[in-house]
Amino acid sequence: MDQEITPPGIENVISMRGISKRFPGVIANDQVDFDLRRGEVHALLGENGAGKSTLMNVLAGLYRAEGGTITVHGKVANFNSPKESIDAGIGMVHQHFMLVPSQSVTENILLGLEEPRFRMKLSEFDKKIETIAEQFGLHVDPEAKIWQLSVGEQQRVEILKMLYRGADVLIMDEPTAVLAPSEIEELFNTLRSMTDQGKSIVFISHKLHEVMEISDRVTVLQKGRVTSSGINTSDVTRADLAHLMVGREVVFRVQKNEVQAGDLVLSVENLKAMNDKGLQSLNGVSLNVRQGEIVGLAGVAGNGQNELAETLVGLREAIEGKITVNEKEVTNKPVKLGIRHGISLIPADRTQVGTAPNLSVTDNVIMKNYDQKPIGQGWMVNSSEAGKYASELKEAYDIIVPTIDTSVRLLSGGNLQKVILAREISSEPKLMIAVQPTRGLDVGAIEGVQKLLLSQRESGAAILLISEELEELLSLSDRIYVIYEGEIMGEIADGDIEKIGQMMTGTRLEQIGKEGVGSNG
Amino acid sequence: MDLLIILASGVATGTVLLYATVGEAFAERSGILNLGVEGMMLIGAMAAYKTAAATGNAWLGLLVAMLAAGLISQVHAFITITLQADQVISGLALNFLATGISLVLGEGLTSLRDVVPQLPKFTIPGLAQIPWLGRVFFDNQSILVYAGFLFIPLAWYYINRTRPGLHLRAVGEYPAAADTLGIHVYFLRYFYVFVGGTLAGLAGATISLSISPGWFGALTTAGQGWIAVGLVIFAQWNPIRAAFGAYTFGALRRLVLDIQAPVLIFGLANPFYSNLNYAFFLKMLPYIFTVVFLVIGSREANRKRIGSPAALGLPYIRGQRGL
Repeated sequence: MDQEITPPGIENVISMRGISKRFPGVIANDQVDFDLRRGEVHALLGENGAGKSTLMNVLAGLYRAEGGTITVHGKVANFNSPKESIDAGIGMVHQHFMLVPSQSVTENILLGLEEPRFRMKLSEFDKKIETIAEQFGLHVDPEAKIWQLSVGEQQRVEILKMLYRGADVLIMDEPTAVLAPSEIEELFNTLRSMTDQGKSIVFISHKLHEVMEISDRVTVLQKGRVTSSGINTSDVTRADLAHLMVGREVVFRVQKNEVQAGDLVLSVENLKAMNDKGLQSLNGVSLNVRQGEIVGLAGVAGNGQNELAETLVGLREAIEGKITVNEKEVTNKPVKLGIRHGISLIPADRTQVGTAPNLSVTDNVIMKNYDQKPIGQGWMVNSSEAGKYASELKEAYDIIVPTIDTSVRLLSGGNLQKVILAREISSEPKLMIAVQPTRGLDVGAIEGVQKLLLSQRESGAAILLISEELEELLSLSDRIYVIYEGEIMGEIADGDIEKIGQMMTGTRLEQIGKEGVGSNG
Repeated sequence: MDLLIILASGVATGTVLLYATVGEAFAERSGILNLGVEGMMLIGAMAAYKTAAATGNAWLGLLVAMLAAGLISQVHAFITITLQADQVISGLALNFLATGISLVLGEGLTSLRDVVPQLPKFTIPGLAQIPWLGRVFFDNQSILVYAGFLFIPLAWYYINRTRPGLHLRAVGEYPAAADTLGIHVYFLRYFYVFVGGTLAGLAGATISLSISPGWFGALTTAGQGWIAVGLVIFAQWNPIRAAFGAYTFGALRRLVLDIQAPVLIFGLANPFYSNLNYAFFLKMLPYIFTVVFLVIGSREANRKRIGSPAALGLPYIRGQRGL
């Protein structure tokens, strides 16, 4: 019953046949087939919601499929729990790391194991873990607590955790999303050394260039179905994959017209602020943005980007420094004053900060002008005017929603972002601060958001684009600042990715080239 | 006023707080806040006393106390773990329920004072001869006080140096991570709420069978369960710090009583002597401390700083993002 499509001589470690998984109202996987060979990196490509993670969660024992069979080394295995899957040699590294922050690396790795039985002699196990770490080039201090480690190091702990359990299949769910460019290179080296030693890797991603670089074969999912199964990466182009993934042609570089930068709009001098834990997370940031300019802010997540955005709009207190917008000082002024001066924020957190999830589309789009005519009339809100306004925006921004009275929590990520953009752009901002505006959106929606930002630039707005997607920053920005631990490492206008990468890991622009000879490739 | 007597009595009454505090620390380490400690202690005190009165066996009373309080803790476990309801509200409700049950079932026990057996008190030869310390720790103390001395390092070792302790901490810090590695989050949380219950029961029995024998209704515990809840935060979920806090609070309670007796203190007129208004303020002190610690512990920023279990108070729902 198991039809064999593998060429002779190649061993299938895992084969999944006819996997179906349904969630209320959605078919996440519809009769999906997937094969994994020994010693390969097999990319699982697809847009958000295409069912990649669902399929792998079935393999990892987190979800149970309604239909289909899984065979591991030729034996039928349907897993009821993650533990059963791990016991069968399958380990998953989740997008959100499954590590206990207050515990050490070794403690995290030993979690849930039978050995040691009762008393834990940690030093003994520290050594064992170091041996495995060395074998695969995963450098990390076994005694360190997880919260002390960088995101890249934490990922290594996750991989080690699975290797320690004897996994020979490793599922990596969007592993590069949280990494700096140099860390991505290191991860890829680790993955290669693992496949050299006979391990097999499933690489879940929606980033085409990474799939092209690391994978041996690709399976593409679109809306829960396989559009292409196990093709050799070397036989396809990036454009082919994009087509398979979205189902239509995709323009990679958005059209960017020449715009002359105008007057200074935003000027930030020596800005300092605390984060939620009460630690200083902005250590003297200075930057400026002019009219008709998109200025990018690059950096690995958690280096003060969110705090900066919040401080600029007045949501967070600045303990030192000066923020000026169109020559008016707005430091530590009420948010509403900032809105009057034309500051607009597209927050990273769409569902908690960007919108009120239980309110309707109408209520969400009028949040900035509910108190102005014609919608606001004294202390009343004119609901027919509000409805009219919302309907206009729905048409103009192509928000796909049954009615404007629908709660926005029912909207997809892309549509939710359109609601936010509609509200922010229609307030005709002079300064727009966009934090991760395309994160988690699929290729089609990303294109739409990027076009809107560019059209704002052409109509003379100043835009500060805070993003962790280097590609997006490079294609949209006129200039790029790099932030590291709450400080600006430097400013780049020519899109030198090598230099940006070095600054993202803490080297100042002035220092690049001075120390490492030949580091400027 | 003899300082050594105050300290020795502090160690004795502090033992009650010690068991209750470490029990609550176990439950909270697993992620479940149980505000019903006071009620569970009353159940324990009542069950211990009633059983000892009926059977003439104090040890049997102790066992029944632990089981009874452990059993009633499972009401809270079911509501918060399985039904995923708010832990604060459920804990408060448990408190009312347990207090009510113990008052009803404890009806008429007060008059039995002289016929109910107590747990043994004895002096440890040799150790009691150590100057100062001997009289404070080893002179005519209850067997449960000595058991407490052994219990402190064992509890610490269990939490920090053993495999089950590692699992306990993982479940309270990041249950989703524990779940993916095959650790039974729900089972462990039920179990440690039960452990917290039995230790609260033990604390109650320590009062009614040994430290201040008898049944005096709600006055038997007199709010010590609440002090224990506050002490857990002071102790930062660490049994050794809990012991320090418990003995100190025990000594303070005794000091408050003793300080009202002498006419002169250090040659000056004692402001607390025969002046009830001042004395009330003194008696309030432990409870004020408790309120302060609870306020500190309820602030998110503080909780992070003092190392509160990250998932404390949050229900674990499988498949949901985040915690």
